[in-house]
Amino acid sequence: MSARTRPITTTEGTRPFAFSEAALAECRALMARYPEGRSKSALIPILHIAQAENDGWLSVNAMDAVAGVLGLQRIEVYEVASFYSMFNLHPVGTYVLDVCRTTPCMLRGSDDVIAHLERKLGVHCGGTTADGMFTLKGVECLGSCGTAPMLQCGAHYHEDLTIERADALIDELRARNSRTNYTDR
Amino acid sequence: MGRQLLFEHINTPGIRGLEGYRANGGYRSVEKALRTMSPEAVVEEVKASGLRGRGGAGFPTGMKWSFLAKPPGVPRYLVVNADESEPGTFKDRYLMERIPHILIEGMITSSFALGANTSYIYIRGEYFYVARILEQAIAEARAAGWLGRNILGSGFDHEIHVQVGAGAYICGEETALLESLEGKRGNPRIKPPFPAVKGLYGCPTVVNNVETIAAVVPIVNDGGAEYAKIGVGRSTGTKLISAGGNIKRPGVYEIELGLSCDEFINSDEYCGGVDGRAFKAVVPGGSSVPIVPYELFLRTAAGEPRLMSYESLADGGFVSGTMLGSGGFYAYNDAQCIVRSTWNHTRFYHHESCGQCSPCREGTGWMEKVLERLEHGEGRTEDIDLLWDIQRKIEGNTICPLGDAAAWPVASAIRHFREEFEYHVRFPQKVKDPKHFAKEPFVRNANFATA
Amino acid sequence: MPKVTIDGIPIEVPEGTTILQAARMIGERDKAHRHVVPPAMCYYTKLETSGGYCRTCIVKVTKGSDKDPRPMPKPVASCRTAVMDGMEVANTTDPELLEARKGVVEFLLINHPLDCPVCDQAGECHLQDLSYENGKAASRYEFERRTFEPVDIGDSIKLHMNRCILCYRCVKVADQLTDGRVHGVINRGDVSEISTYISQAVENDMSGNMIDVCPVGALTDRTFRFSSRVWFTNPVDAHRECGTCAGKAVLWLKGNEVLRVTGRKDQWGEVEDFICNTCRFDKKDLNAWKVEGPRKIDRHSVIGQGHYMLQRKQQLLNAPAPNVPEIAKRKELKDR
Repeated sequence: MSARTRPITTTEGTRPFAFSEAALAECRALMARYPEGRSKSALIPILHIAQAENDGWLSVNAMDAVAGVLGLQRIEVYEVASFYSMFNLHPVGTYVLDVCRTTPCMLRGSDDVIAHLERKLGVHCGGTTADGMFTLKGVECLGSCGTAPMLQCGAHYHEDLTIERADALIDELRARNSRTNYTDR
Repeated sequence: MGRQLLFEHINTPGIRGLEGYRANGGYRSVEKALRTMSPEAVVEEVKASGLRGRGGAGFPTGMKWSFLAKPPGVPRYLVVNADESEPGTFKDRYLMERIPHILIEGMITSSFALGANTSYIYIRGEYFYVARILEQAIAEARAAGWLGRNILGSGFDHEIHVQVGAGAYICGEETALLESLEGKRGNPRIKPPFPAVKGLYGCPTVVNNVETIAAVVPIVNDGGAEYAKIGVGRSTGTKLISAGGNIKRPGVYEIELGLSCDEFINSDEYCGGVDGRAFKAVVPGGSSVPIVPYELFLRTAAGEPRLMSYESLADGGFVSGTMLGSGGFYAYNDAQCIVRSTWNHTRFYHHESCGQCSPCREGTGWMEKVLERLEHGEGRTEDIDLLWDIQRKIEGNTICPLGDAAAWPVASAIRHFREEFEYHVRFPQKVKDPKHFAKEPFVRNANFATA
Repeated sequence: MPKVTIDGIPIEVPEGTTILQAARMIGERDKAHRHVVPPAMCYYTKLETSGGYCRTCIVKVTKGSDKDPRPMPKPVASCRTAVMDGMEVANTTDPELLEARKGVVEFLLINHPLDCPVCDQAGECHLQDLSYENGKAASRYEFERRTFEPVDIGDSIKLHMNRCILCYRCVKVADQLTDGRVHGVINRGDVSEISTYISQAVENDMSGNMIDVCPVGALTDRTFRFSSRVWFTNPVDAHRECGTCAGKAVLWLKGNEVLRVTGRKDQWGEVEDFICNTCRFDKKDLNAWKVEGPRKIDRHSVIGQGHYMLQRKQQLLNAPAPNVPEIAKRKELKDR
């Protein structure tokens, strides 16, 4: 079971946030996809961009910037951000490991992989390693049941996991030491 | 191997790009529809095909299309449901990743039929990389004139946009999907009104699954009647089945509906049989459909061979049948524990409940807690009846089908595997080890007193 | 006009009327038929798009209409289902439905703190009424209840999330009566909560109506907190000249002291007119109001308790000597 981590609902101790120029241009392009007066439709894609530009999580500052771009009440952004499980509302590690734990993965050994990762990283699901490198997240079905067990890190699916492959992945990521985001191309 | 309508070129090199796709007959349905057919004629072909929604509900697609309201001056939308999140289901990802253009092509042809000038693909956020593949395909199609203004000189304009979600199973429910697409929480809407009358932005909208829209391509190319020749009874055409669990050959298979269940699970052409142990149970259509013992998957209660079709899998109702659902198939070997699996299923629904209506919001968490207790040998016999009662009070009493989806796995597990639940109460020490049945498989109808 | 029959009682209603509204019309037409009115915890006539969430008002449609007589496959939310001509509805006449409703009530209570003794809403709480009338005496829930810390959302409103049943009424008040909503529903599933997310006050002229529409003790009036149990106060109808609202309110008095000001609620517990925060929070002086007379309180309400006790005392005086086993049996019946 993942420990429920309370969202950070204050701006205290968090850094200011401003979209990069490139991100702003992307936001504007997204907003143009929808009929006039419907730019709120771009909220979720823009939250993804904000999260990628804010070290992988959505601080109050980041969400307020999103509200500013879209001209929304701030609560409308908080409501949406807190509904969807891919949005992190507290700081996360350089890598977020979304390990699938749903039944089809369980049938193919995801419990063992999760237990191994918890032991190896010294954190429970929901936790972040002391060195800030990894956040381990138990997630629900990622639609990769035929190649189970599996985990997602950023935009990548790591499938057919074994204990050995999980170990190798951790080593590889640690050596690379550069943040991955869902929005990575 | 049966006929392959969607997967015919799945392994053809270069099929992911427009050039390769076109070289293998791609976009013929757009040419045929826009040049030689009226929108109504396309709808008629889809009706004649007998195609049913491939996302899980199995509602006749042509009928759904004919419900679309057409008030003058109001835009209409086609929204493709690529939120594939039903545990066990990964067919749409496979299709979009390998042949993205078949979806784009199906969308153009379908939108022409529906009179929609803009369509959206709502894809689950975890499939971000697939969204990139689709965006690439859309860009290629636009550059080649398959999208944009006055396509093929027909006067028909069309644009497609990809929208990513952000992690919420509930957004696979069509009205929750529309809410999410409007930038809101994925709370299902209260119906009526249905999307066909008031959907995206309050406009008439058709929401269809990826596979459904892809199937429109062969239906328009070869005619609805030709499509309807495949299959059995009201289960026409082919269906993508994503197979997982304890089988030898997991993967996505395109089957002709009506294939025998025995052949599907045991032949080397498909699942290839069990992975070294004995089969115990099957969930044939995604986690929401009733789990059935292996024997009941192979044969109906009356002893008839079971077929991979909507009707045959449902034969016996909820007493001895199950459902084809989304085609998210997974099988259990005898090392698996049904109580543990039910706990896992229920945790999933608890996690994914949107929280809008009380039976689902409160009931799913309650069931999870009771199941967790049972699985860890801390339960009581009354817990089994309590679970039965909770699921019964969720089912049918919620805004959207997630309540039913959470109730059915629990109900079917108790119905078919009650002895296994009782075993957990009677032998708490034995179930302390999470792999309790790996070493000593549970034997049904055994005398517990000697166990 | 479409004709609908609810528990065997027919009524003709305007096009577009919901089953719940039709049932209320039956109840208003003849008090003896009030029992056919389904309970409603989230629906609120004056708030658009309200209803459908709590599921307490579910009913069975046993006949869809004259045109299409098929029954509806599942119970429907009566507050969001429009009647059709010839529709037949079963509410209290269907044991299966009553059982399903009992289930809904049990679900609403499993995470409720049941802290009625220290709750300001006690005595006028719709959840109390609902569980008394439709629930079971005991809960089968044995796990830890989810808890939240109470928070002040501004000087005048207290939020006890523990008591909330997520009816969304307060959110709709903020959306429809105020501009610039600052609170809403965050998170999802059973950890959803009414919240401002960041620490923030809900401040605008009409925000106090969130308290009146709240069916439970989740949103209470901080200017009234713990001043008195409502049933020890004396409610009077009063009005004042107000530039913001209609100025029609109920003053809840102790002697000449105005302990609380609320909107006037009809027999279904809904306010007749929304009132502004000035009337509600700032005019706690009897001289600021013109008193019209005593507020009529429904005989079912605990607030009418003093009156009720008098009647009951009289009954007891006239009654024959108590039969102890009979009383025990009655108690047992009630506890079921």
